[in-house]
Amino acid sequence: MLVNWPMLIQQVVNGLTVGCLYALIAIGYTMVYGILRLINFAHGDIFMMAMYFAFFGITVFLIPWWAVMPLVVVVTTALGVLIEQAAYKPLREAPRISLLISAIGVSYLLENLATVLFTGIPRSFPSVPHFTEMVIVGQVRIQWLGFWVPLIVLALVVGLMFIVHRTKTGMGMRAVSKDMETAKLMGVHINRIIATTFGIGSALAAVGAMLWGMKYPQMQPYVGVMPGLKCFIAAVIGGIGNITGAIIGGILLGLLEILIVYFFPGLSGYKDAFAFIALILILLLKPTGLMGEVVTDKV
Amino acid sequence: MAEKKFTGVAARMTPRRGRDLTLSCAAIAAILLFTHFAMQGFILDAYLVRILNMCATYAILGLSMNLVNGFTGLFSLGQAGFMAVGAYVTTILFLSPEAKGALFYLKPMEPFLQAIQLPFWLSLLVAGLVSALAAFLIGFPCLRLRGDYLAIATLGFSEIIRVLFTNMQTVTNGAVGLKGIPPVVNLWWSFGIMALVIVFIRRLMRTSYGRAFKAIRDDEVAAESMGISLFKHKMMSFVLSGFIAGLGGGLIASIVGSINPLQFRFILSYDILMIVVLGGMGSVSGTVVAAFLITAAKEWLRWLDNGFSLGLFRVPAIAGMRMVVFSVLLMLVILFYRQGLSGGKEFSWQALIDFLGKPARRDLKREEGGKKT
Repeated sequence: MLVNWPMLIQQVVNGLTVGCLYALIAIGYTMVYGILRLINFAHGDIFMMAMYFAFFGITVFLIPWWAVMPLVVVVTTALGVLIEQAAYKPLREAPRISLLISAIGVSYLLENLATVLFTGIPRSFPSVPHFTEMVIVGQVRIQWLGFWVPLIVLALVVGLMFIVHRTKTGMGMRAVSKDMETAKLMGVHINRIIATTFGIGSALAAVGAMLWGMKYPQMQPYVGVMPGLKCFIAAVIGGIGNITGAIIGGILLGLLEILIVYFFPGLSGYKDAFAFIALILILLLKPTGLMGEVVTDKV
Repeated sequence: MAEKKFTGVAARMTPRRGRDLTLSCAAIAAILLFTHFAMQGFILDAYLVRILNMCATYAILGLSMNLVNGFTGLFSLGQAGFMAVGAYVTTILFLSPEAKGALFYLKPMEPFLQAIQLPFWLSLLVAGLVSALAAFLIGFPCLRLRGDYLAIATLGFSEIIRVLFTNMQTVTNGAVGLKGIPPVVNLWWSFGIMALVIVFIRRLMRTSYGRAFKAIRDDEVAAESMGISLFKHKMMSFVLSGFIAGLGGGLIASIVGSINPLQFRFILSYDILMIVVLGGMGSVSGTVVAAFLITAAKEWLRWLDNGFSLGLFRVPAIAGMRMVVFSVLLMLVILFYRQGLSGGKEFSWQALIDFLGKPARRDLKREEGGKKT
């Protein structure tokens, strides 16, 4: 079979875009897991809320899109910190299973709340100029998103790495993820560090949500569930607790999903199952994930 | 020795045991009588019977999850998948060939599956067995995982089952689902199976297997060093739970009358987890009470969805309001009442009698307790 190069390039760019978005959300999972040893089931729903915030900002309050973006990030960050304070902080001393149940409870609450506040009617994310338009290079047709997403994600990751490795807060995060008790004894403000971690994770999820909305505009209250689960899987593939791992895992998963469907169109109905199969395989073959052994920057 | 030795039940019969036995028999007789008259349509209308059926079925599902999560300490979130298997197998085996022929209009059904038709009890039994087989196959890779990885992996498998069912057009009729399942499940079915499951789990927990489950829950390393095979017992608990969840799924199919893959999203596992958490992890009676409370309250709270008046102003009808109330309730239980209703204990007549009969003494006790601390 002759390879259809323009089509293949299009699909690779597509996979890379999705992968970068997965990476952005996976970072939130991995950071929280690194610190609290908690799968934050509500992360996907925070992502969903951010999408709705952006939707209402643009279509109802008629705020220009460039002003909506930072606004949504701020509101979502506040939501993330609020959830941490209300649902996870009281359970600091409780067994980990209680924390997990609480996370599921929050996810359940956010989904039901979204159904009531925003109704279950599917809506369409508004199209944003400069992002959703097509670029045509030769025979290759790519959305501007294909260029913007990797750039934005790269910039955010560089910023995150700076925070984690070069600031006092970042040092605190690394300390808490290594050993919470000792970090506490050394004078690290545990609660402040954890709140900051949730804030950063939610902010990244907000950016991811808006870019995701431009790429896949359909939205309903359960829109965050699948991306949320897949991004957690991406974090596990990369080695949970490891930021670099989450990025690699996210990009790999995105490429895998898009390219498998491209090469085997018959499998497109099973698209949502690939990630779970990848998860089972990685947990059986290398439970620590790809980057798990090299514990360099566990946050 | 001159004294006569009692054996068997008589040897263990103390006055308190005797009283408990009498009370239990009386309660069971009362329930049987009630069910009998309810079936004649004297006490309950069809709507209430349906709700009671749902209550009992959710109790069965809650017990199946509690066996794994509460008694064996494995955090599994795959219940929705096993229910889907149970519901589909029951429906496919139970529906008549003509009904199936009419349903599969997009693509015809596999001829072999279409021709088959079994009585309900046999369909349900096969459904349980197929569910148990699914649990066995899923358990092989999953049960080697720890804690929250297990949760994610089981959740993943339940989603894979759903995706499979959506795509197996010639077996499950895909996304359209199956309709017109005869409502054969009555109170005898639902309460009977619930009673069997309760007795089974209570008995099981007193055997060496049950004790091994609890040992694994309390400390895996200690259990293993005492010679308990972790994998074998985890698998046993998981497969039994799968079997019971399959039965529950089959009952649901007949009560609701129609099934489609979207009904079995993993959100359904959360609903059941809610019952287990509210009832208290590792308590059979707690789970049953919580299942009845939650299922009945969900129905009763429908007025929240339909709008209601608050004296001066009227709250408009908002679909989904009761689910918000429910999730807030769940969060409150998780945050402030972590042990659930039962506190992990089982129901006993003594506790009930103490609670009802001697309020004065209970207050006294509380005062004393207060003074001590």
